[in-house]
Amino acid sequence: MKITIKLFAFLRQGRFKIREFDFPEDTTVGQVLDSLAIPRQEMGIGIIFINGKRAEFDSLLKTDDVLAIFPPVAGG
Amino acid sequence: MNEELKRLLPKHSQDSLLSWSDQVELTQTTGFNLRAVEDQALAQGILPTRYQRNVQAITREEQYCLATAQVGVVGCGGLGGYVIEELARLGVGSITAWDYDNFEEHNLNRQLYAQMDTLGQSKVKTAALRIKAINPSVEFISHCSRFEDKTGAEQLAGKNVVIDALDSIPARMMLSQVCRNLNIPLVHGAIGGWYGQVTTQYPGENTLEQLYEKACNARGIEVSQGMLSFVPALVASVQVAEAVKILLGRGELLREKVMFINLLDMEMEIIELPATQ
Repeated sequence: MKITIKLFAFLRQGRFKIREFDFPEDTTVGQVLDSLAIPRQEMGIGIIFINGKRAEFDSLLKTDDVLAIFPPVAGG
Repeated sequence: MNEELKRLLPKHSQDSLLSWSDQVELTQTTGFNLRAVEDQALAQGILPTRYQRNVQAITREEQYCLATAQVGVVGCGGLGGYVIEELARLGVGSITAWDYDNFEEHNLNRQLYAQMDTLGQSKVKTAALRIKAINPSVEFISHCSRFEDKTGAEQLAGKNVVIDALDSIPARMMLSQVCRNLNIPLVHGAIGGWYGQVTTQYPGENTLEQLYEKACNARGIEVSQGMLSFVPALVASVQVAEAVKILLGRGELLREKVMFINLLDMEMEIIELPATQ
């Protein structure tokens, strides 16, 4: 299935800004993060959206979804 | 308010403007402090000349509204320094600020009040001196301590707006809860590297909790990405714009929305984040 992935802030470094991928059916958000080598633990993830709606690591993706991933920003 | 002050104000003003020297003279003649003289002048439609360039972007009535406002600023580092500076120049009447920390060399790249002669000095006390130097009519209340939920809540009670200029996720979560309990709008800002974010959270909303719910550390990307000077300046300015709109009750707010700023790719995204509780 076709999924569009949008990365934000420094998650783009060494990766991409926006790209279309083919994933098998029933792929979860967590599996996409792993496939992009985005570490969930050491850095943490800020917030994830599927088609503009907040999503979880175990949310299932479906074809033509747009997945947006933001890292946590917390400095002052 | 003293009748003498009311009577003297029009005599000391010209074209409905009150100069600084006249404001000082009125404190000496009437015994009222600078803030009281400023408040009364604005109540009578007389504008301290220092605010001449604020009007007409805001009205004289709105300038009075700012003069009577009380704003809390939690954190006096990168964001807090610029926030405090802008609030005082705008003429926000009372600013209460918290910071337990002292300035260090690594603050010099971005923190407005970090300078050679303030290294080692308390951040909040340095801010207090700065405000006295730029707008002595502003009441500045310093808390040279960490913001704690119980004492912090007592100190924050009655504020019209609170600005989150903290630097850790647990502290931000605590402040969010305290503001919800006290029914005070909270303007959040955070920075890291070339990036920043701003949102405004009203009581009953949980934008901050949603923003950080997946974060598993106390800090975010700033640990690996550092912080550049122009990011706090920009994010703090957006926060102050939000605070002013809350105080004046006009304009569009970043409520149930988050503004994500990327100054490397020069992009700004505003994403909706409806309350879930």
